[in-house]
Amino acid sequence: MRLTCPNCGERDRREFYYYGDAIALRRPAPDAVPEAWDDYLHNRKNPAGDTTDLWFHEAGCGAWLVVDRNTVTHAVHGATLAEKAKR
Amino acid sequence: MGYSGFRVIKEGLFGQRGWKPVWRDPEPKAEYDAIIIGGGGHGLATAYYLAKEHGLTNIAVLEKGYIGGGNVGRNTTIVRANYFLPGNSEFYSHSLKLWEGMEQDLNYNVMHSQRGLINLFHSDGQRDAFVRRGNAMINQGDDAILLDTDGVRKHLPYLDFDNVRFPIYGGLYHPRGGTARHDAVAWGYARGADQRGVDIIQNCEVTGIDIEGGVVKGVQTTRGAIKAKKVGIVVAGRSGQVAAMAGMRLPIESHVLQAFVTEGLKPIINHVVSFGMGHFYISQSDKGGLVFGGDLDFYSSYAARGNLPMKEHVMDAAMTLMPAIGKARVLRSWGGIMDMTPDGSPIIDKTPTEGLFIDCGWCYGGFKAVPGSGFSFAHLMATGQHHEPAAKFRLDRFRDGHGLMDEEGTGAQHNLH
Ligand SMILES: Cc1cc2nc3c(=O)[nH]c(=O)nc-3n(C[C@H](O)[C@H](O)[C@H](O)COP(=O)(O)OP(=O)(O)OC[C@H]3O[C@@H](n4cnc5c(N)ncnc54)[C@H](O)[C@@H]3O)c2cc1C
Ligand SMILES: [Zn+2]
Repeated sequence: MRLTCPNCGERDRREFYYYGDAIALRRPAPDAVPEAWDDYLHNRKNPAGDTTDLWFHEAGCGAWLVVDRNTVTHAVHGATLAEKAKR
Repeated sequence: MGYSGFRVIKEGLFGQRGWKPVWRDPEPKAEYDAIIIGGGGHGLATAYYLAKEHGLTNIAVLEKGYIGGGNVGRNTTIVRANYFLPGNSEFYSHSLKLWEGMEQDLNYNVMHSQRGLINLFHSDGQRDAFVRRGNAMINQGDDAILLDTDGVRKHLPYLDFDNVRFPIYGGLYHPRGGTARHDAVAWGYARGADQRGVDIIQNCEVTGIDIEGGVVKGVQTTRGAIKAKKVGIVVAGRSGQVAAMAGMRLPIESHVLQAFVTEGLKPIINHVVSFGMGHFYISQSDKGGLVFGGDLDFYSSYAARGNLPMKEHVMDAAMTLMPAIGKARVLRSWGGIMDMTPDGSPIIDKTPTEGLFIDCGWCYGGFKAVPGSGFSFAHLMATGQHHEPAAKFRLDRFRDGHGLMDEEGTGAQHNLH
């Protein structure tokens, strides 16, 4: 599996650290109900198919990436910088 | 008909013509008292114990593929009770006791072999941690023996003891640990359940769960609708999809775990050897193949096959531990879909829907749990009460943080187990 970093180009999967579902970018408000925090931290859609998740270019530029890929085929569709994706 | 040594000889003399399929292939009925979704080890064991312990025989196991096609036929078959934390400790202890009586109970040879498991350590700190774990195991009533370097050398002379990075300081020996023939476990439980009247229905995928007013009514399948008063979800790596049919989102991410086997060799490895620092473990199958594996690939996946970096990592670790393995040729490798929870421990619980139960989150360690999980989940489904050894496997522990069982001590977060 290879990921294309917007800064560095196509790189070996081993350069990246995997974090998990990109739900991690949508942190609840500090006073949100416990259920919202539970959903954010633990509960997952866990799709068999297209997914969006976070990878850290640890052995490269050090950027966090939002990667679109498929969990069934391992096809990687693309990646954007997390700092830009963040609303 | 039962199995016996006499029967094996008799069939041998008469051309093996007397053997019959050991479970029926029934059409699904319109309604059952209980339905188990998923015919893996856990689903089949649940059905077996529902029938045997609770007299519930009007039940069906619905399997989308074939019996043994899931993780139950893909694992590296290690069976052990060397857990540390309350919750896990009593559960796996109970499960190992069921293993020890399984073959007589099922009248089926699952080739359960208590050849002993040795967990290696390579530093003073690690030794302390293993002493503590060993004491926890003994307190639980299980067995643990601390070995020093020479003690390990007596059992495992073929290891590289003086490796510069990971010199072997000793090991924690668990004599009752071992392996079993994984398919036979699935087949044995399937046969036992079938003999007690359970319908095992293969090629039957559940596509929907019918719920009315918060109460489960049955399931939709590729072979039609089936009604049931109770439904148990036991689908391992597919837990997310099936739970979504009941409107639930689970604390589970599905990951790929790979395993490897070499060509058949003469006996060399008589134990299960675990090299935690290299995320590597190995045993030798009764056919002679060296069966070994490592860690997850570490990205969510349903592909049931992994990538090359983890293969390389596992081979590296193998060479570090026992350079002799470099002479063996790898025959094949494969992957399974692991239902990973944030704390690495499982879930056996009710769901918010009345009559709907769930058993999942076995991560990479659910083979040894097959009898215990089936026994405890059957108890919960039949009586509505949690079975004592599995009472801590609650679904809501993540929400309030109470009762988390983070066996590795890395933190209750998805990417850390
Ligand atoms: C490479 C590898 C090594 C492992 N090594 C070990 C080990 O050494 N020791 C150990 O204890 N554990 C080990 N495990 C873990 C263990 O195999 C699993 O935790 C355990 O088998 C999971 O439970 P199961 O047997 O019920 O799963 P499965 O056999 O996967 O059963 C789930 C079943 O549900 C079916 N299903 C899914 N969706 C549906 C649907 N919609 N309708 C109907 N049926 C459905 C699937 O087809 C499948 O047959 C390993 C796993 C792997 C992959
Ligand atoms: Zn980069």
